[in-house]
Amino acid sequence: MDVLKKIGSAVALPVLLFAGWFLLSDGSASFYAPPLRQILTAFADTWQPERLRADVAPSLLRLLAGFLVAALIGVGLGVAVGLNRRLRAVLEPVLEFFRAIPPPVLVPVIMLFAGIGDGMKVIVIVFGCVWPILLNTVEGVRAVDSVVLDTARAYGVTGPARLTRVILPSASPQIAAGLRQALSIAIILMVISEMFASSNGLGFAVVQFQRSFAIPEMWSGIILLGLLGFALSLVFRLAERWALRWYEGLRATRRRAG
Amino acid sequence: MTSARRGGNPARPGLAGLAGLLLIVELLPRLRLVNDRFLPPTSRIAAALADEVSTSTFWHSLGETLYAWAIGLVVAVVAGVLAGLVIGSVPLLRALTASTVEFLRPIPSVALIPLAVLLYGTQLGSTLLLVCYAAFWQVLVQVLYGVADVDPVAEETARSFRFSAWGRVRHVLWPTALPYVFTGFRLAASVALVLTVTAELVIGAPGLGKEIATAQNSDAVATMYALIVVTGALGVVINLLTRTGERRLLAWHQSVRGEVTV
Repeated sequence: MDVLKKIGSAVALPVLLFAGWFLLSDGSASFYAPPLRQILTAFADTWQPERLRADVAPSLLRLLAGFLVAALIGVGLGVAVGLNRRLRAVLEPVLEFFRAIPPPVLVPVIMLFAGIGDGMKVIVIVFGCVWPILLNTVEGVRAVDSVVLDTARAYGVTGPARLTRVILPSASPQIAAGLRQALSIAIILMVISEMFASSNGLGFAVVQFQRSFAIPEMWSGIILLGLLGFALSLVFRLAERWALRWYEGLRATRRRAG
Repeated sequence: MTSARRGGNPARPGLAGLAGLLLIVELLPRLRLVNDRFLPPTSRIAAALADEVSTSTFWHSLGETLYAWAIGLVVAVVAGVLAGLVIGSVPLLRALTASTVEFLRPIPSVALIPLAVLLYGTQLGSTLLLVCYAAFWQVLVQVLYGVADVDPVAEETARSFRFSAWGRVRHVLWPTALPYVFTGFRLAASVALVLTVTAELVIGAPGLGKEIATAQNSDAVATMYALIVVTGALGVVINLLTRTGERRLLAWHQSVRGEVTV
């Protein structure tokens, strides 16, 4: 019964909004806000398998490649910077500055170096995503409990084991926060880099529809982008919950105790 | 995180780091390690920056960017706080809207760019649409966390003392939610800057972003770098101001919660 109630309250508003949009827009003669019925038809017609392969797959691959490279670089450098106090003091303002640059302005810069191919888009994503991951890793590594560190040292845990068994796990909740932030930046940069210069990709397709005034198709592209953003954040959250299940449990116990 | 910064003289190595960056950027193109058409040396970027600063176009664009940023931020914060307080304090509303918020929030605001272009062209409205959309969720979600954090004992005590609904909002809900409101504001302020510049860059709404696009199209690479440095500096200043403001205004509150990590 409780589960039913939960599902009901989760579904009620979306259904209501969707129905409202459908009914209110049904007679719409507005050029910019076509009836939802028309948008849905356009959605089914536009996003056929070959289109998905031609436009959505390259976008997603670039997103994934950029995100993974950024995660590797960010965590790697972040651990190095976080463990070295002097390096951290020297680099902190520089890193803060790079993080403060709005990532999309990197697109024109990286276009100079890497042209307008796939490489450019991946590099743009890497460059935009790496800062939150890097800075969060630094913070996470810095905040490792010193008692834990001393205990590990006393038990002779050194070298790679110290990194993989002590430091990375302690920092992982922070690293996950950085990765989550980076994911939404990655999606933004994926779209922006394709809007700038591209011959395929989701961002390119949506802008193309807008420029040729194919309004229902444009709306369908916006909806697809929204669904994609939602799906990616859902996948990330599930992965995070799985990877950090020990941490959630720990936090829940602490909260109950505190 | 502050204690480490307070110890010793934390500014000096940081300045050395910045100086090192400037030196590397000066040397890379001079030593022909990087083509200077792609990355001009620091001195030339600085010269371009000095040129820019002396033009009225630059100050005008900077003003346009700040104006769009401020309006978008204020609208998003006011809307986010009001919606957050209302939704957060009515359990039924909260249960009903949770899934919708979770769905709408991760939608990348850049998906709205084509729509903004159709509706407003290259006007201020385009920028505001994107900025408000992106910043609103940051505030809303934080305020929702804040309202959920209200101590049930305090809430019930206020009820026993027959505080009016307004009194409960004013004396129980608001002080609890305030730090979260500030966190939301800080996040929204930097997101709003990113989206302002993005809209100007991609759509061509007036402002620094448009100037960057213009510099890029006319191959004025040093000017482009100079303007990018300005946007970065703007971001740093906004971060510093919101962080210091938060610390000052919530000095009495800091002990209540740990730093929210986002």
